[in-house]
Amino acid sequence: MKPKHLSLLVLTLLVVAAPFFFPSGFYYRIGALIFINAIAVTGLVILIGYAGQISLGHAGFAGIGAYACALAPEHLGLPPVAAILLGTALSAALAWLVGKPILRLHGYYLGVATLGLGILISMVLSNEAQWTGGPDGIAVPDLGLRGLLRDLGWRIGAGELWYGLAGTVMILGAWLALNLFDSPTGRALRALHGSEVAARTMGIDVARHKLHAFVVSAVYASVSGSLLALMNRLITPDVAGFMHSVQMVTMAVLGGVGSVLGAIFGATILTALPQLLTVFHQYEHMVLGLVMILVMIFLPDGLLPSLMKRLRGRDGE
Amino acid sequence: MSALLEIDGLGIAFGGITAVDDVSFAVRAGEIVSVIGPNGAGKTTLFNMISGLYRPSQGKVRLEGAEITAMEPHLLARRGLSRTFQNLQVFGEMTLLENVMVGHHLREKAGVLSDLLGLPASRQKTRASAESALALLARVGLEKAAYRAARTMSYGALKRLEIARALALAPKILLLDEPAAGCNAVETEEIDRLIAEIARAGVAILLVEHDMKLVMKISAHLVVLDHGRKIAEGAPAEVARDPQVIAAYLGQHGQEQVLHAEG
Amino acid sequence: MADLLQFLMSGLTVGAVYALLALGFTIIFNASGVVNFAQGEFVMLGGMGTAFAIAAGLPVPLAALLAILGTAAVGVALNRLAIAPARGAPVVSLIIITIGAAIFLQGAAGLLFDKQIHRYPGFSGEAPLRLAGATLLPQSLWVMAGAALTFAALWLFFTRTLTGKAVLATANNPLAASLVGINTKAIMALSFGLSAAIGAVAGVLVTPITMTAYNTGVALALSGFAAAMLGGLGNPLGALAGGLLLGVLEALTAGYVSSQYKDAVSFILIILVLALMPQGLLGRKTTDRV
Repeated sequence: MKPKHLSLLVLTLLVVAAPFFFPSGFYYRIGALIFINAIAVTGLVILIGYAGQISLGHAGFAGIGAYACALAPEHLGLPPVAAILLGTALSAALAWLVGKPILRLHGYYLGVATLGLGILISMVLSNEAQWTGGPDGIAVPDLGLRGLLRDLGWRIGAGELWYGLAGTVMILGAWLALNLFDSPTGRALRALHGSEVAARTMGIDVARHKLHAFVVSAVYASVSGSLLALMNRLITPDVAGFMHSVQMVTMAVLGGVGSVLGAIFGATILTALPQLLTVFHQYEHMVLGLVMILVMIFLPDGLLPSLMKRLRGRDGE
Repeated sequence: MSALLEIDGLGIAFGGITAVDDVSFAVRAGEIVSVIGPNGAGKTTLFNMISGLYRPSQGKVRLEGAEITAMEPHLLARRGLSRTFQNLQVFGEMTLLENVMVGHHLREKAGVLSDLLGLPASRQKTRASAESALALLARVGLEKAAYRAARTMSYGALKRLEIARALALAPKILLLDEPAAGCNAVETEEIDRLIAEIARAGVAILLVEHDMKLVMKISAHLVVLDHGRKIAEGAPAEVARDPQVIAAYLGQHGQEQVLHAEG
Repeated sequence: MADLLQFLMSGLTVGAVYALLALGFTIIFNASGVVNFAQGEFVMLGGMGTAFAIAAGLPVPLAALLAILGTAAVGVALNRLAIAPARGAPVVSLIIITIGAAIFLQGAAGLLFDKQIHRYPGFSGEAPLRLAGATLLPQSLWVMAGAALTFAALWLFFTRTLTGKAVLATANNPLAASLVGINTKAIMALSFGLSAAIGAVAGVLVTPITMTAYNTGVALALSGFAAAMLGGLGNPLGALAGGLLLGVLEALTAGYVSSQYKDAVSFILIILVLALMPQGLLGRKTTDRV
């Protein structure tokens, strides 16, 4: 079996089997939240893991996706599903426009430029209160899927529905990212990650490919934001904030940004831990900060790749 | 036969210091031309200008009669100019096979959407590309290591990998920057054979190399640089007798080698 | 006219704080090649530490000194425990480490101190000074004078003392520096301590004007970072210029355009500057060697 199919199989099995171990219905919501975060993080695998370009502002695109679902149904009369698409189109367009100039930057400079972009988006969402409800947030209309299913005679709880929906979208997203890995575009991205100079002399239009990776990852973040908004039925500008961007990157790098499964693993850990360890609520920041530092020092490849190396007991070749 | 690559009065200065000054020469199709000169003579800088990485401050480069001065490297690749690097620029996390497949990039493009969805067009291109990349790896003797990550390979193997990758572009002219540097005698022999074979297939080669034995043996034409200027050019035997060349370069340590190579 | 003067004054006050932050960034970046996202936490620790020491009954100068020394110790520990063990790690890892440190320090400050907003009275009272129709808090003069003194002292340190020259040499070429017998590890610790102390000085000086709380660090770090990048990362004079410029532009935007979007200035500016002049206003140009 190809690694791609194995990864997808493992992922699907985990999504299907996990509910059998849930002690209560509450866990469906945590699961759905994990999947929603994993979608955004999978996009970052393409940008950071494949192409080697950092972004500290991708929460901005999640914000666009989220607020599209809050605003488009009310102001444009769009159904929520169309609002998701509108959000992705807006995110893609913005990523394309801004990506053109800033993707020429490297390392810290690119980090700061993307950080600025994310903060500008979250600032607009906080300040334009007459549209967005300001810092207190805004209500989001119902997706309508549960009603539709009920009419078809299938009664399903909100938690279960979102678990299934977000899980399906996550697997779909993982499938796309895995396809990309072993494709001409994926090889071009990984090549420019390895050596930009050599990639250029091999005929790769580096600027164009970085832009593609940036736009694709922005779409992932936007879809993630849309689903978050539709599931929670309420959204605040925090979804676009700096901390959310940092969380996304941390999830990706913590789990292992080079692989889709690793990054999803990172999303799982960082989403589930604070939910399950509510006892430690007042230490949450300290623990999160400490985990970030320790993993980067001792397991620089991320948790999953380091774990796999241990299991194989050799250099993972 | 007219020239394939023409270098015409090329020069560049970094912060007021002239690194290469008014260098001209030409390479014909299927010909091996070597650029030699002491360390710091400007050989790699010259390569970087020809391959579009540095913008020359004077002069022109022409490929098949069309001006290509300071053109983006990826556009030069499209016109059939390919190169290797003195200090390896391999894609370390990718397998050897994938490294060479990157060289097929121009021919295997299918579009991002097709690649994301894994459409038959993308998959078919990947398969075809892998096949011909494997053949190229066999040509440089690396087919057994095709699925190993490049970063795990030895220096000499990576030098050959870079040649295979550069050939994947199906270039008209290949710029080789010290392909035998750091290689042992056996590996150098192999690279020597490989270069001659590539040239026989009709690819012009512009070579920078320190191994004088190799250079004298395989080059049709030599260009000698010193302090960024061209001080001599011609057939190897002719250049080796040039007093200016002997004084500037060969006099240091290479005279013996040259005489040895001639005899 | 009075308006403009007013905006300039408040801009220069905030700008002086940004300049100190940017200077802190610069020192650590030059010594270690790391952009320290925890720089804002040093300012927060300086302010919070002083506020709590004063509340505990210490006289202001002693409270300030304690806060500055304590923050410097945090800086040294940050280098020892988080930065030094990750030497040579890729930029993404270093970004996550310093952001992790910022989050950790923020959480620790919330526990150690509290989650309230704090301030203490200005050093020379609170009565505003009048100046050609504009008003100025005496504490603003303290901030500007303090920043000027810090920059001057640092300049003397780097140009007149052997230790300062050793720091510059290490920044220039760590290998060569260690070959001529400079203890580069000690220099690294010194740079982090110095940088943290400078951040704490900014916190001590500005808290009577802006107030402080455990979670103010990240926003400060971002503005200081923007200032450092504007001036050209790695250049102390650029830090000064970038800080003052950013402070004044923010104040002008708040005054003439919209106070809600004053924080946007730094980020719009930084995206423009980076897109147009990737080396910043006073940065050096570099060429890749291949």
